[in-house]
Amino acid sequence: MINTGDTAFILAAAGLVLLMTPGLALFYAGMVRSKNVLGTILQSFIMIALISMEWVYLGYSMSFGPDVGGVIGDLSWFALNGVTTEPSPDYATTIPHTVFMIYQCMFAVITPALITGAFAERVRFGPFVLFSLAWAVLVYNPVCHWIWGAGGWLGSRGVLDFAGGLVVHLTCGAGALAAVMVVGPRKNFGRANFMPHNLPMTLLGTGLLWFGWFGFNGGSALAANEIAAVAFVSTHLGGMAGMAMWTLMEWLRDDKPTTLGAASGAIAGLATITPAAGFVGPNSAIIIGLLAGLCCYFAVSFKNRLGFDDSLDVVGIHGLGGVIGTVCLGVFASKAVNPGGADGLLAGNPDFLVTQLFGIMVVGLYAFIVSWILCKVIDMAIGMRLDTDSEMVGLDQAEHSETAYNT
Amino acid sequence: MKKIEAIIKPFKLDDVKEALNGIGIKGMTVSDVKGYGRQKGHKEIYRGAEYEVDFIPKTKLEIIVDAAQVDQVVDTIREAANTDKIGDGKIFVLPIEEVIRVRTGEKGREAI
Repeated sequence: MINTGDTAFILAAAGLVLLMTPGLALFYAGMVRSKNVLGTILQSFIMIALISMEWVYLGYSMSFGPDVGGVIGDLSWFALNGVTTEPSPDYATTIPHTVFMIYQCMFAVITPALITGAFAERVRFGPFVLFSLAWAVLVYNPVCHWIWGAGGWLGSRGVLDFAGGLVVHLTCGAGALAAVMVVGPRKNFGRANFMPHNLPMTLLGTGLLWFGWFGFNGGSALAANEIAAVAFVSTHLGGMAGMAMWTLMEWLRDDKPTTLGAASGAIAGLATITPAAGFVGPNSAIIIGLLAGLCCYFAVSFKNRLGFDDSLDVVGIHGLGGVIGTVCLGVFASKAVNPGGADGLLAGNPDFLVTQLFGIMVVGLYAFIVSWILCKVIDMAIGMRLDTDSEMVGLDQAEHSETAYNT
Repeated sequence: MKKIEAIIKPFKLDDVKEALNGIGIKGMTVSDVKGYGRQKGHKEIYRGAEYEVDFIPKTKLEIIVDAAQVDQVVDTIREAANTDKIGDGKIFVLPIEEVIRVRTGEKGREAI
């Protein structure tokens, strides 16, 4: 039976999640140099076309179609065959199936866009598009099916992920790490000046992401109900606690609180609360957000010493955030908050924490290995990198024949 | 005729302009420039990565005056742009061969 309130809510939530991709584009674009702004924006923006297309013909059916051995959906929903305004019997049973499909499409769109921060300012557009498409098909779709698909093997084992700590943030973080290792650092990394060219743009992007995150997490209740309220509240509290903690750490350790730190902390908190959003109470959400700010701050500082050029910190913020959030879910989950969820360690159920750790290990390893192979194969076949001259000129001119700022 | 080029701190531009208006200077050309001298650059930190910023934003004024007025203009700029801190800038005085007003073709002192 279709519930009009649920339908209206998920349609609105889908719109909110879509907005996160342009928001992410601005978040990243502010952090690159002015010669790479448009190229960076387009790497996120083009996903709306690329992955939405892929979702209709392959992605939705692979992720949510009839299960084959717990591993993947079959292709019987090719071109949305049979996906109608009738509710699905398995997913979100109170809204049209098409609404669930388009809501999930927005998640598939933003996930490969998140990876682009890792290899910012140095890859060619063609090979990048190829990588993103292959990544969506071979990493996102299977992992999405394992956890969220009816019959998916990790979900059947009891692994929980409310809105994408594993499916979105850990997959993109592991993919980012693999891509950084294959693609290598930017020219003159460690010597040249890679200062952000427009932090107000990054802060605007942060605001849009935060706004969209209410749809991302709140909508993942898949109905306008109590769970959506739980998720909405914990999302906000996770984000604010992340921002508070990161800013405080900078203030204590680096002398001054910064706007980029505040933005980074907010995103870390939001990413970290994502898997737990609908399963934990407000006080747990604040602890999770504070932990996110603390751990991600140190991870990003540590990266600078390692010499990894994960340019815009996808691994340290999204990858680590997904891991911490999934672990925290194993600790803080409570059936008192969400009877459909699980009890975690603090509610006397250590088994669930072990299940969550297993989920992290499987998804992290799978996403890393497949991403590494994909990236390596594409790099050897056609080359991921811009040539040195083009990298010096910048993505905007070299790849798109455009200039962002004409005075 | 002389050209006075002054490199000053950007936030001192209004003070300098008003002071120069006060002594009857009727025009100037201003541009945003970057550079460093004894003040050197400064450090900026983004997500824990430190960057040395060598070139600091400054403002350059160019004023053409009659030779007799040079000392007065230089003193006025010095007074208005001074913060007593390193990095206040420099003033250069250069000779000018000729000045021509585009609209009328007037030359020399009349054209200033």
